[in-house]
Amino acid sequence: MSEVYDILVVGGGPGGLAAGIYGSRARLKTSIVEKGRPGGQAASTMEMENYPGTFRESTGPGIMKNFTEHAEHFGTEIFKGTVSDVDFTGPIKKVTTKDGETYEAKSVILSPGAEPRSLNIKGEGKLRGKGVSYCATCDADFFEDLDVIVIGNGDAAIEEAMYLTRFAESVTVIVIHDEGTLDCNKASSEKAFKNAKLKWIWNSTLEEIVGDELVEKVVLKNIKTGELTEMETNGVFFFVGTVPKTDFLKGKIELNEQGYIITNDLMETNVPGVYGVGDARVKYLRQVVTAAADGAIAAVAAEKYLDEMESFRENVLDKKEPVLLAFWAPQVEACFDVLANLEKKVEEKGGKLSLAKLDTYRNKKTSGSYNVTKVPTVILFKDGEPVDRLEGAEAITPDAVEAMVKKVL
Amino acid sequence: MVELNKENFDAEVLQADGLVFVDFWSPKCEPCMALLPEVEAFAEKNEGKAKFCKLDTAGNKRLAIAQKVMGIPTFVFYKDGEKIEVFDKEAINEGGIAAVEAKLNELA
Repeated sequence: MSEVYDILVVGGGPGGLAAGIYGSRARLKTSIVEKGRPGGQAASTMEMENYPGTFRESTGPGIMKNFTEHAEHFGTEIFKGTVSDVDFTGPIKKVTTKDGETYEAKSVILSPGAEPRSLNIKGEGKLRGKGVSYCATCDADFFEDLDVIVIGNGDAAIEEAMYLTRFAESVTVIVIHDEGTLDCNKASSEKAFKNAKLKWIWNSTLEEIVGDELVEKVVLKNIKTGELTEMETNGVFFFVGTVPKTDFLKGKIELNEQGYIITNDLMETNVPGVYGVGDARVKYLRQVVTAAADGAIAAVAAEKYLDEMESFRENVLDKKEPVLLAFWAPQVEACFDVLANLEKKVEEKGGKLSLAKLDTYRNKKTSGSYNVTKVPTVILFKDGEPVDRLEGAEAITPDAVEAMVKKVL
Repeated sequence: MVELNKENFDAEVLQADGLVFVDFWSPKCEPCMALLPEVEAFAEKNEGKAKFCKLDTAGNKRLAIAQKVMGIPTFVFYKDGEKIEVFDKEAINEGGIAAVEAKLNELA
């Protein structure tokens, strides 16, 4: 517990595991807190043919097992726990689990994932686990020789519907669109239309699920005519998208209206040192391959962040003597003269003053946290605190610098 | 934990006196596998409060369906052979094993 990790990953799906691999290979102390078994949603998706390099006899659980072994091989520690609270206010971030375990880290990569959306249709809640299901691999066995319906027509819905045809007598897909139109990828839809065990009901939505102790029938609504029809079935599988599991992050980092984590291209959230990856992030495509890419980017961004923090502490905050911190940029020519003058000044003071240089382009975070808007800017630090500053090349004259440092020497 | 099947389900659960806990699971079900170590630890910790059993639904589909279980993981408490409390997947996810333990202590 007293251990402070360099990178702590919340959630062990493909995004979190990829972050683990990249973090550990960068020789950073990296750990993952995962609520169950690593692998995320992908671990309960049997059919997976789109993860590059793995199409032969590959399955979701199989690929995720490889991800996990890969991360552990390079030294990622995986702990079991459901994260229920986070504290990102200090430089050392804290993550607490439901069981009261607290982990500390210098940077955090959030990979909480998403879970199947429920539509809250009449009968859905009551018949959950009694014929209503959101996981084909979990429950397909029960429906051997029985009839089921599938709600949804995206990638997951069509791929899982095809998986279900291996078990069920018939699988009827309820599609809201006109005949022949599916939201899934073309390879899947071509395959699905050739599958004789798949049946289709177009222009329709699910209105109600009926059953006493188990699912007995459903009521469907034709959205063109408004007509309601009853259909007997034993099972209803929902694949109508997902919702991010980010409730524990509300008020801690910036989320969008639907609860997805907002990040930039570096996977940075609005809190320095905190990153968001995978399905819980605002993004265009939620797949194993994009989650893994997110994880790699976040781990590398975290590595750079840790370097920046480390060198800043060493060269500025922990120095015994006062420090002149110069914010510069290679493309601003005026900086070179200023830096040369500052070097001369520090030399004059013979060890009573030191100089640190910060390339504002490569260290945007530190520049931002000291509100540096002009380049060059020089800030005088004493005992880790900024005490005075000069902004702009015209202001940073040898005399002005002398007057500023005199106050602390 | 007692491993249940078609042969012993009646004797171990339906004709048993007192409290019986049954974990409906299957090795194909990832969430079930993720839960299994926790369920086993829970059973060990609470030994004596109930009889703890698990039923692999893969080979015992009809038996599960007869118990109105068509989705897993599902936990069911029986008392004197009567089904008295059901935790479906959602309920398990929501409260975790802690909620199941609280229910056990209430029923025991």
